[in-house]
Amino acid sequence: MIEGANWRRWIYFRLPMAIFLIFLLFPFYWMIITTFRPDGELYRPWRAANYTPFWTWNPTTAHLKYLFGETTFMIWMWNTMFIAVVSTAISLVCGVLAGYALSRLSFRFAGTLGTMIFITYLVPQTLLFIPLSEIIRNYQIGDTPWSLILTYPTFLIPFCTWLMMGYFKAIPKELEECARIDGASRWQAMLYIIIPVAVPGILSAMIFAFTLSWNEFIYALVFLSSPEQKTVPVGVVSELIRGDVFFWGPLMAGALLGSIPVAIAYSFFVEQYVSGLTGSVKG
Amino acid sequence: MANVSIREIHKHYADFHAVKGVSLDIKDQEFVVLVGPSGCGKTTTLRMVAGLEAITEGQILIGPQVVNELPPMDRDIAMVFQNYALYPHMSVFDNMAFGLKMRKFDKAEINKRVSEAADILGIKDHLNRKPRMLSGGQRQRVALGRAIVRNPQVFLFDEPLSNLDAKLRVQMRVEIKKLHQRLATTSIYVTHDQVEAMTLGDRVVVMKDGLIQQVGEPLELYNNPANKYVAGFIGSPAMNFADVTIEEVGGAHYATNPTMKIRVPDAIAARMGPHKGKPASLGIRPEDLHMATGADPADMTFDAIVEVAEQLGSEIILDVKAGGGAMVASVEPTIKVKPQQKIRLGINPTGLRFFDAKSEAAI
Repeated sequence: MIEGANWRRWIYFRLPMAIFLIFLLFPFYWMIITTFRPDGELYRPWRAANYTPFWTWNPTTAHLKYLFGETTFMIWMWNTMFIAVVSTAISLVCGVLAGYALSRLSFRFAGTLGTMIFITYLVPQTLLFIPLSEIIRNYQIGDTPWSLILTYPTFLIPFCTWLMMGYFKAIPKELEECARIDGASRWQAMLYIIIPVAVPGILSAMIFAFTLSWNEFIYALVFLSSPEQKTVPVGVVSELIRGDVFFWGPLMAGALLGSIPVAIAYSFFVEQYVSGLTGSVKG
Repeated sequence: MANVSIREIHKHYADFHAVKGVSLDIKDQEFVVLVGPSGCGKTTTLRMVAGLEAITEGQILIGPQVVNELPPMDRDIAMVFQNYALYPHMSVFDNMAFGLKMRKFDKAEINKRVSEAADILGIKDHLNRKPRMLSGGQRQRVALGRAIVRNPQVFLFDEPLSNLDAKLRVQMRVEIKKLHQRLATTSIYVTHDQVEAMTLGDRVVVMKDGLIQQVGEPLELYNNPANKYVAGFIGSPAMNFADVTIEEVGGAHYATNPTMKIRVPDAIAARMGPHKGKPASLGIRPEDLHMATGADPADMTFDAIVEVAEQLGSEIILDVKAGGGAMVASVEPTIKVKPQQKIRLGINPTGLRFFDAKSEAAI
């Protein structure tokens, strides 16, 4: 904290903090205000006499009704949720086991293997989707949720593995050694001691993986084509921008509702998530 | 209860020979302390006994059984770690019960053993707490409790007191000693602190560079160090050394250098034959030095210049310049000296030790 006189705290802490918060939260505010603004105000020229960009006197739920009535938004939500949950689960299981093995078991090429896993994470998705689409086509799973459930782990597993490696390394190895002397096998020591201690790390990996797959755009755009298979990010953009016409109200309503699950996930686990990233294990 | 036999064990890491042929027989119920500076191989040796480190060469037996290939869980040992290694997500009770649960003891037996151990260690009121809510001393007690509930054949201690503050360390040292007297379980204790080694061990093993330097009871190491290293390591403040040459004048042997000429006591002089005219190290403990009086023969005294006088109340520790180097003397608390004062120190003849300059072995 900033020490000293009150004005110092305002100048050096509260004011910068306020500016930062306004900067971060403004897009959300804009989404909310646009969701509830009637079309008549949305498409009013900014020179108009009664132009009020930052609030509205005539809130409406017309855009929400349109979104739920005229588009398959609820199906997109369900698709996104299903794909994100399953691919996160797959990636977490693989990432936790791989992270444990790479950080705790000393075997030949462990270091090389870790680096190679990391390198796969560095290949940009904008390149990777080309060969992947070939594979998806060959396995005939294009335009199904499985095309994404099986491709998202290509970037989620390396991510989870590296996050968990770092976390496992921060856990004193004596904990595990002590468990093994106490009569636990390596597997039991991992199950009863290391994994419970690593819960904050696992939760942060989970939140990150969930967010990444919830927000993913390119693979979803390329591998899914029919409207009832789409995820929220792709569905909103492809169904609510027709040609050069932007349906701003429903578009923002979709964006707003689409960001709620992620926000809930973060707020639930924020404590564990912070301690997971800072790797605090108390002996 | 069991004896532990370590036979010619070696440990090679990729490019480092950590333990170079250590052999040691530890009797049933004995408390043996491995002591030495960091990197001397003492912890590696202990970890090989525990089964946490593979043995490159040699054999370890616990009781009659060779345990080289046994996993730690099957060796019937318990280990206390320097950082306590308490399971942070479990209560004190669960920490202590974990080993018993893993070995499928029934609930009543687990409760009985844990509460007995908690009684002995005075942590009965903390059984429901998490380790992070305990102080350092309490945590170490839980770690001890976790070891004793299992009633293993051997206790292994890996610097268990190093994380505690000085006062608590002394207190826990006494408790460990009492615990051993009560349970009489064979124990191997690793430390770098020679005071801990001397106070706890039935026998002390001094190690350096992966080799055993000397094994013996604490006073034996103190009185008859096998070499210059052990002499300097055991005892606090450490033994003083001066580079001297052994000379024979008229049937008597003298250890001389430009600033001192000390007569070698007859008992040692008999062994001086092969060292005549050669360089050697003279060793004398600070407590075997005193302010010289008229009663001291001239060839048992030497000049010194006081640099620092540390008043400890029960004694004064004098840091002096003497014998061509720095020395430390422990003298009577009533003596008044000032820095830079020239004094004459007398030697207690039975405290004199000599070491070969090359091999550093005791003469």
